Amino acid sequence: MLEIKDLHAGVDGVEILKGIDLTINAGEVHAIMGPNGSGKSTLAQVLAGHPAYEVTQGSVIYEGRDLLELEPEERACAGVFMAFQYPIEIHGITNAYFLRAAVNAKRKCQDLEELDPIDFMEVLEQKLDVIGWTDSLMDRPVNHGFSGGEKKRNEILQMAVLEPKLAVLDETDSGLDIDALKAVAEAVNKLRRPDNASLVVTHYQRLLNFIVPDFVHVLAKGRIAKSGTKDLAHELESKGYDWIKEPAGVV
Amino acid sequence: MTKALDVKDKYVSDFEAFSANGESGVPQWLQALRNEAIERFSSVGFPTTRDERWRFTSVARVAETKFALANGERPSIPTAEVRQHVLECGSEQVLVFINGRYSEELSSTGGVPEGVIACGLRQVTGSGLETVEHHLGKYARMTDNPFTALSTAFMADGAFLYVPSDTILGDPIQLLFLTASGGRPVVTHPRNLICLERGAAASVIESHVGLVDDMYWTNCVTEAVVRDNARLHLYRVQRESEQANHTATTQSYQSRDSNVALTTVELGSALSRHDINAVLDGEGAECSLYGLTQIQGSQHVDHHTTIEHAQPHCSSWEFFNGIYDEKARGVFTGRIVVHPGAQRTDSKQTNNNLLLSEGARADSQPQLEIYADDVKCTHGATLGPIDDKALFYLQTRGIDAEVARNLLTYGFGVEILNKIAVAELRERLDQLVHARLDDGAARRRAKNQC
Repeated sequence: MLEIKDLHAGVDGVEILKGIDLTINAGEVHAIMGPNGSGKSTLAQVLAGHPAYEVTQGSVIYEGRDLLELEPEERACAGVFMAFQYPIEIHGITNAYFLRAAVNAKRKCQDLEELDPIDFMEVLEQKLDVIGWTDSLMDRPVNHGFSGGEKKRNEILQMAVLEPKLAVLDETDSGLDIDALKAVAEAVNKLRRPDNASLVVTHYQRLLNFIVPDFVHVLAKGRIAKSGTKDLAHELESKGYDWIKEPAGVV
Repeated sequence: MTKALDVKDKYVSDFEAFSANGESGVPQWLQALRNEAIERFSSVGFPTTRDERWRFTSVARVAETKFALANGERPSIPTAEVRQHVLECGSEQVLVFINGRYSEELSSTGGVPEGVIACGLRQVTGSGLETVEHHLGKYARMTDNPFTALSTAFMADGAFLYVPSDTILGDPIQLLFLTASGGRPVVTHPRNLICLERGAAASVIESHVGLVDDMYWTNCVTEAVVRDNARLHLYRVQRESEQANHTATTQSYQSRDSNVALTTVELGSALSRHDINAVLDGEGAECSLYGLTQIQGSQHVDHHTTIEHAQPHCSSWEFFNGIYDEKARGVFTGRIVVHPGAQRTDSKQTNNNLLLSEGARADSQPQLEIYADDVKCTHGATLGPIDDKALFYLQTRGIDAEVARNLLTYGFGVEILNKIAVAELRERLDQLVHARLDDGAARRRAKNQC
């Protein structure tokens, strides 16, 4: 589904990613861990197409297409979704209006008819049922005055409604208390399917007790220093990041 | 262009003709008020940008043009055309004014509760109705603003709404001011008086529309007296022609436990200056001011608000959003005066400005004058283009950049429109905001193609 090769990227002329190689297949959950400043969020932003990040080398192939050539909205329509670490507040626009605009943008790409507000509410209710949430946030402006937990939950709700093939969760667990974390993780697990995949970026091993990854990668200084199974996450939890040596070949 | 000084003299001599002819025979109290007003105007003349209250807004367009009084002209406008300009609001009650004069045949006021008076001001100024004499011209201070002085000098007609004690006006009542100038620059001075007695409630929509694309001038003053525990929703929609000038004062005076919510939407005119003055003169009074300006081209809109907290335990909220495209310019002044003894004042002011093009400009100035020590006054202002982070956020949800830009701009407008309690009006204004956005987008595309 996703093949990242020798990816170098940075912001303001400073290189942050220094050669990432990563392959994700349908049905897999990959976790990216690493200390602050290792490039985790940069990787997520580059995949989503943030204009401030410049790719200087390497390639990202998504379902046979050059992902880096696509605008952020084209990536979204192709099934890439990023849950933001810091979700943005939008003035005036209600969550329901925003979600319907997003769903209809995607339907337009798929040559499907737009959903009117009534049809959309039906789709929304179904999705809320799946993840076991209520629609209490729907009539409020997007993320405006939301608590930290509500903002993160709102990201997962968007993911549920937009049904991405590849979901990138950028530190969705940061700042959440244990109940909110469980609720978010449960929702992510319920959305897991053999034909979609997730890349879970996190600073804390704790999340991975609830979203069990197939693979764990440790990022250090812009490269994947170590890859393994979920056991690697536990090892990091007990030993910290210091024992991870810089990847071989870094000059 | 004519010198502002000559123009001032013209209005003084116009006044002499005005009070000698068409307006002779008015009661003495009214004539005295007018005389005082023209003296005031004659001594101060038009404001200039050297005047602190006018430093961001030049009224040269008005001060250097000789506008003729339009009051006597009654062009006949087909009813169907008039109806087109009535804003949907779920109510049939509408007072129509053509070039500042009340038109009984175009208006409909059937169905108002007993005791309510809704009519042209001219019908009641000479009628001996005490309420009119008691309130007219008593709140909007001519010393504050030369345009108010001019309005008072030339006041001849406008709307009069009286709601007696404990009477609820269920349906909104609309005041529609249509200007059809035709050929030469004309000025109208609509003058409105709204009185809500103790425990009364009403929703009023004041709407200004230009029927022609001419340069004309509307100089409007609305005074609202809101007695104990009364509630007034006042909506003001300014859709003058894009060549027009619009100067206005909305003055409210509130007693104990009363509530005034004013929502003003500015879309039209080349130059618009709207002074909103609210006096909270009874404990527990609340006042909310919401404003949306959405302009383009070289339009200029200035909101100058003054809220006076004269008694303790009063609250005021101000929330003004401006959307400025092309070379449009917006000004917001938020003056809050907390009088000595007005303890436990709670006041919040927010002014957000969205600049959609590099040529657009906005100035925002809070002015807090606090003479009490136990008060809460906060203010905040923002200014800038569309937030890149918000744009990216929407794009990652599949919404293309242009649609996302429109959506974010729309949200800015809707934030204010959501304060409107009349659903039909809110929906109609929503359409107008959308239409303006689409127009802006089309203009941008056309410009990019050149």
